[in-house]
Amino acid sequence: MTEQSLSRPETRKRRLPQINPVYVLVVALILAIIVMNPAFGEPTGYMNFLKRVAALAILSAGALYVIVSGGFDLSVGSIMTLTVIGSSMLASNDPNSTYWIIPLMLGIGLVIGLVNGLVVSYLKVPSLIATLGMMITLNGVAFMWSGGAPRGYLPDTFRFFGRYNITDVPLIGILPIAVICLVVFGATLWWGMHRTNFGRMLHAAGDNPQAARLAGVPVQRVRISAFVVSALTAVLAGIILGGRAGVSVNIGSGFELQAITAAVIGGAQLLGGRGSVPAAIAGALALEAIFTLLNLLGLAQPVRLVVQGLILIGAVAFATYQRKRAGR
Amino acid sequence: MTEISQNRAPRRFRFERHASTLLLLAAIALYVILLLALGQVRFLTLDNLVAILGRSITLGITAIGQTFAILVASIDLSVASVISAAAVVTSVMMNGDPAMMVPAIAAVLALGAAIGLVNGLVITKLEVNPLIATLGMSLIIQGVLSYYYNNFAGNVPVEFQIFAYGAWGIVPYSLLFMFALAGLAWFVLRFTRFGSDIYSVGGNKDAARLAGIKTARVVIGAHVICSLCAAIAGIYLASRLRSGAPWIGAEGVYDLESIAVVVIGGTVLAGGRGGIWGTMAGVIIFSLIDSIFNVAGVDAFVKQVLRGIIIVAAVAFYAARSQRPVA
Amino acid sequence: MNKTLLTLAVLGMLTGAASAQAPNFDDPAEFAKQRDQLTATFNGPADQVYLQYAGDSMADTAQYKKDGPWTVCFSNAGVNNPWRVVGYTNMTEEVKLHPEIGTFTHVDAEGSDDKQIADIDDLLAGGDCDVLIVSPNSTAALTPAVEKACAAGLPVIVFDRGVTTDCPVTFVHPVGGYGFGIQAAEHIIANVPAGGKVLMLRILPGVDVLETRASGARNMFTEAGLDILGEEFTDGDNAKTKSIVEDYLQRGGIDAVWMDAGATAVAAVEAFEDQGMDVPVVTGEDQQDYLQKWRDLGFKGIAPTYPTYQWRTAIIAAVNTLKGEPVPSPEWVLPQPAITQDVLDQYINEKMPPLHYAMCGCEDMPSYPEAWGGSK
Repeated sequence: MTEQSLSRPETRKRRLPQINPVYVLVVALILAIIVMNPAFGEPTGYMNFLKRVAALAILSAGALYVIVSGGFDLSVGSIMTLTVIGSSMLASNDPNSTYWIIPLMLGIGLVIGLVNGLVVSYLKVPSLIATLGMMITLNGVAFMWSGGAPRGYLPDTFRFFGRYNITDVPLIGILPIAVICLVVFGATLWWGMHRTNFGRMLHAAGDNPQAARLAGVPVQRVRISAFVVSALTAVLAGIILGGRAGVSVNIGSGFELQAITAAVIGGAQLLGGRGSVPAAIAGALALEAIFTLLNLLGLAQPVRLVVQGLILIGAVAFATYQRKRAGR
Repeated sequence: MTEISQNRAPRRFRFERHASTLLLLAAIALYVILLLALGQVRFLTLDNLVAILGRSITLGITAIGQTFAILVASIDLSVASVISAAAVVTSVMMNGDPAMMVPAIAAVLALGAAIGLVNGLVITKLEVNPLIATLGMSLIIQGVLSYYYNNFAGNVPVEFQIFAYGAWGIVPYSLLFMFALAGLAWFVLRFTRFGSDIYSVGGNKDAARLAGIKTARVVIGAHVICSLCAAIAGIYLASRLRSGAPWIGAEGVYDLESIAVVVIGGTVLAGGRGGIWGTMAGVIIFSLIDSIFNVAGVDAFVKQVLRGIIIVAAVAFYAARSQRPVA
Repeated sequence: MNKTLLTLAVLGMLTGAASAQAPNFDDPAEFAKQRDQLTATFNGPADQVYLQYAGDSMADTAQYKKDGPWTVCFSNAGVNNPWRVVGYTNMTEEVKLHPEIGTFTHVDAEGSDDKQIADIDDLLAGGDCDVLIVSPNSTAALTPAVEKACAAGLPVIVFDRGVTTDCPVTFVHPVGGYGFGIQAAEHIIANVPAGGKVLMLRILPGVDVLETRASGARNMFTEAGLDILGEEFTDGDNAKTKSIVEDYLQRGGIDAVWMDAGATAVAAVEAFEDQGMDVPVVTGEDQQDYLQKWRDLGFKGIAPTYPTYQWRTAIIAAVNTLKGEPVPSPEWVLPQPAITQDVLDQYINEKMPPLHYAMCGCEDMPSYPEAWGGSK
């Protein structure tokens, strides 16, 4: 706490044109990929890449809300799974069902986020444990609902968001719907975090809850809202991923840690107070670009794990180093 | 330091100590009632008690170490990978040769200590959030391990399987070993300088530093102990499975489960409060839950739902009384 | 009594197969044997494939004969994938067909060796089992636990993955992993010109029945002069599968995709579809979603199977043992047919869930199709 309040003046300094290193990283990675595989530089190449990364990028931007508020949300992957399994169970191949299934899923997400937030705020369960419990529970619910194996297809109207491309677009050729979703939701989340009073209260509540409370910020409500935002974006990410990939029972597993990783690569500070939506999205792009690059280099899965681990530690260590240098 | 913790003691410590016992008693009562209700009295035997206690040796040994990490306000997500690495190294080095038992164990313990040391250094010197540091470490270990091995590798000699399968009367050696290790951990935490430093650093790092404690060393020490315990758990698992494979740690979800049993046992995630016997109670509660589900024939998916709810409810049972906000 | 049991168990372990052999997934003898078994004639009733068996060696089970009602105990590695879900449904429905089975105790290890060993301990300590069925999570690790159960005098039936001891009454399994790999590879070789590019997609490394599928296919591709573009692990994840295929497509053409299991086959097909390309040869497995995609798009598919009816056979083996009737032993090898173009329509049933495995041998059961999530 003390360290963070000491570094307070730095918030003002941030207005100086200091580029977040994640953007440099993304550009460098993309250039490296293009050098190795020129096809990537063509619209179909990078549009497919953006389409692939859309779900994770939206998810990281939502997860950032909870991180900035000072918590963790480990339940997002299971929410994605529940969304996909639940939608396939309800749809029963009826293309018209999409119109009520998506609002219903968002409703379920809202309830899950509320429960997470209430358990953390009022039962005082640390968010790590509360959302871990939620993750285990929801995975179980998804399995129970489907009996362990998917029992229905997702109709094409549902898969539209994750799978379809608008073709014959001037200049870029194809424009995947998922990329439009990424831009729209990304902008909304950016606005909410960086241009509203809620966003300011979120930063305050995560930076120093006591001080925020004294300053009149409704800390409990703000943090509950963060969990709700995170759960809702997880539903959206689930819809896009389910659209892209179809139904499977463990579709969301592992996404919770990837989302946190992406946010951290984007410079978000765990335990609250700092984070930027565009940087978290860039973090997701960087993460996926690293995987693509390693794949192009023909490096096997084990090497990918090692690189991911090193980057994770490196990004945080670098951020701490920068903060210290700037703060003192 | 001891003075300070004693000052704080009377109100909170009392409740927490009783709380884990209460939870344990509740789980036992539920188990017995369930058996009576289902008319399954055949489960009420000494044999079955031993079977229940012996269910979770790997988890128990890991959780003893995790208790140290959490007490010092840190956390260790790398234990599952350490378990896999330790099991593989044990089994590959021994490779059926009894003469290699001692060198293999020594090497694995050294490996565990080294990993703990690196974890501790990254957390204290590079000031990386422990969650990220150990998650990163976990990925690195897992990557290196699966680069070299993609299946069960090597095998442990028959003599070494006694560790997991041998018994004194009806009590397996491994069970005695786990409780001996818990006793040792309790001794360290209760009666040594290092133990009281752990509580001080976990309770309030700045105050501990001002009181002259070398906080970095204490955190590093806790992480070394945590990784050592995970390495021992891996050695045990190699003996039990007769061999090691790079996925056995992840497969048992020992990382998240060890954290869950520690907090169910009343150790506070924010550090500074809790203890080993609570963790042991947590481990036994988990074993009992498993057995209850098995006896009641609960469907695997329902089991998962209940398990998630139980973890949150148990922690809420302690935490809801606390006035502090949590992360 | 307890002491003697444990001593016996430990002794059994000490004297039993001492070393878990280093796994060998490229065994020419086993490869040749399975290749022959694919086309061999099986004994048993022609219309009940789950009762058929290769060879004629039988175990005498008179010593286990017992009057009902029995307690049948089943230690399951997990129901963590659709194949196991269909199989487990087959099993529970088969149990219902045998009134002599009084209690069916199912314990689920959720994919963990450690937990499965503890589960078997629990069953031995208080389960009152008359017979123990084990579907091991992994071969070497579960061997001591199975030996302990044998030492306790219990008849043990093992199925799906095996153990390295012959103390069980029998080990029920279809022809095997090499056979699966061979069937898919033969189809690709027949439909792709020499020098063609094959992408091999695998779920994960290290599982014996999957490793042998890959090694069987790999050998045949090399022999036929096909170019293996790469072997990639998908973790059984659709999104990842799609990404991998897209990445390979960006770098050049693919003439065939070989898959070691079918759950992600449709995602691989969609990767071609979404790029507006013709779907080349993509192998799969007997799930409905793949079979229907194959029919709808008309590409050159084949569905080798690892039939889920073995879950029925395990119960039948247990029942026969407790009746004292002979049981094929030490292995009960079941037929392993592949679904090809000419019989495709026979296996498609749009009323079944997408990941229902068509080769379930369950159509003759009274609760079919509802219990499997289908409708009439």
